[in-house]
Amino acid sequence: MSDLRSLYQEIILEHNKNPRNFRKMPEASRILEGYNPLCGDHYTLYLKIIDDTIADISFEGSGCAISKASASVMTTLLKGKTKTEAEKIFETFHSLVTGELKDVSFETLGKLGAFGGVSEFPARVKCASLAWHTMHNALDAKTDLVSTE
Amino acid sequence: MMTSENVVALNDVALEAWTSMIREQFPILKNRVHDKNLVYLDNAATTQKPESVLDAMDHYYRHLNSNIHRGVHFLSERATEAYEGVREKTRSFLNAASTKEIVFTRGTTESINLVADSFGRAFVKSGDEVLITAMEHHSNIVPWQLLCERTGASLMVAPIDDRGEIIVEEYERLLNGRTRIVGLAHVSNALGTVNPVKHLISLAHRHRIPVLVDGAQAAPHLRINVRDLDCEFYALSAHKMYGPTGFGVLYGKQNVLEAMPPYQGGGDMIRSVTFEKTIFNDLPYKFEAGTPSIAEGIGFGAALDFLTGLDWNAVSTHEHHLLQAATDALSEISGVRIIGNAAEKAGVVSFVMDDVHPHDIGTILDQEGIAVRTGHHCAQPVMLRYGIPATVRASFAIYNTKEEIEALVRGISRVKEVFH
Ligand SMILES: Cc1ncc(COP(=O)(O)O)c(C=O)c1O
Repeated sequence: MSDLRSLYQEIILEHNKNPRNFRKMPEASRILEGYNPLCGDHYTLYLKIIDDTIADISFEGSGCAISKASASVMTTLLKGKTKTEAEKIFETFHSLVTGELKDVSFETLGKLGAFGGVSEFPARVKCASLAWHTMHNALDAKTDLVSTE
Repeated sequence: MMTSENVVALNDVALEAWTSMIREQFPILKNRVHDKNLVYLDNAATTQKPESVLDAMDHYYRHLNSNIHRGVHFLSERATEAYEGVREKTRSFLNAASTKEIVFTRGTTESINLVADSFGRAFVKSGDEVLITAMEHHSNIVPWQLLCERTGASLMVAPIDDRGEIIVEEYERLLNGRTRIVGLAHVSNALGTVNPVKHLISLAHRHRIPVLVDGAQAAPHLRINVRDLDCEFYALSAHKMYGPTGFGVLYGKQNVLEAMPPYQGGGDMIRSVTFEKTIFNDLPYKFEAGTPSIAEGIGFGAALDFLTGLDWNAVSTHEHHLLQAATDALSEISGVRIIGNAAEKAGVVSFVMDDVHPHDIGTILDQEGIAVRTGHHCAQPVMLRYGIPATVRASFAIYNTKEEIEALVRGISRVKEVFH
């Protein structure tokens, strides 16, 4: 039970139920799809980049609670950030869910900390990372469909 | 005097004893997972192996290990005898006419690829058609797709209805003078549907079209009689019928196999080789290039002994009870929807839940020690047909119990608690 609660934290369940920035963005400057063929998670990520800054970010699609909450939290964290800042947050998130980030109190990570439990569930790391990898590739202006497989 | 209730009660007690006797033979079932008893409900992916299969493979490596079909020495002769003995067991299991019709492969996937490649090369050309159904596993789709790409033939798909049954009239309409071969599942791995294969085969035969039956999910649950079915090909995997991975069978009618060119080239499949010309070996060896999985073959032989030694009355009654119990229990849970409600089903219950993704259900059940499959089950077209990305699939074997289905139901309550 304690294990499950560490994975399905309230923030995650809440963002899954009410995802933020969950909408199409017709005026987006970059649109990229992220797809995990193993479980069928499939999202479209929209970014509006103005002068190296993420002026707006949104997403659409469907998938498990972990992938959807992760995408939702990501959009709230990255809006208004520069590309460099966004990449830094991505790195932190990545090392958090792969269990490489040791000796940090999750509280200092803010909302990101909710994903600290994911590292205990190796099968779910891909779910948590899907939107982030898509974002990372979108910033690199790769236009292909992103797959985490 | 015994009332009918007494009979049922007695049968239940007898079945329970029978199930415990079966469970005793599967050492892995004693395992604990996340501090809970393992509840293994992923049998359509692969079944667990009984002690007798593990022993047979161990015995081969300890006492018989050597290459087959080539040495004159003691070990090679003994190993060849053991391995070829499995061919006769397989023939008898399938009721094939001859061991020449039993080709050993790595599994269902290779069996189907063998036919798509070899039969395809000989008999399929541009403008022809290959007919499959909308409920096929990817391994009974992609080899045909590749064949069609290679030859310019077209892949036709017989549709299924909402319950998950092939629409026979549509299937019949798709059979025509251009159809070169039909590929269909005996039992669907995603929906559990048991298809009326004998009828579907006879419909194809009216147009003289050969039929390949994908029996991967049927072999562990049903008695198979290829001569009664009258199919040209029947494919199966040892690992789904209590045997080891990496081994399978392609049954093919002798006259059809004889008309087909070899699949892979190499040792064992030849009679003589010069740089000018190679003369191929007789059936079934023509289709068996290279050293096979000998230990796995011998393990498969033990699995066939295990299967044929079962009381099949008990098997069908027990598996029917499990399916019924799971179907009834899941139907009662609000928010749960079963995908696949065919009149005839075997061993599989696929379902989705309102507002909770199958992947999350799978993780929560896993914490309870319950192994189910979540995802598209290598049948993405089936998921598309129902407009869902994935399902949770509980699939049963002879060693499962009603208590395990109760554990599944409790697990789903946990899911609801977590996702309130
Ligand atoms: C209906 C069906 N066909 C084919 C296969 C492929 O079997 P294998 O992976 O053993 O070759 C499977 C296995 O999942 C199956 O369920």
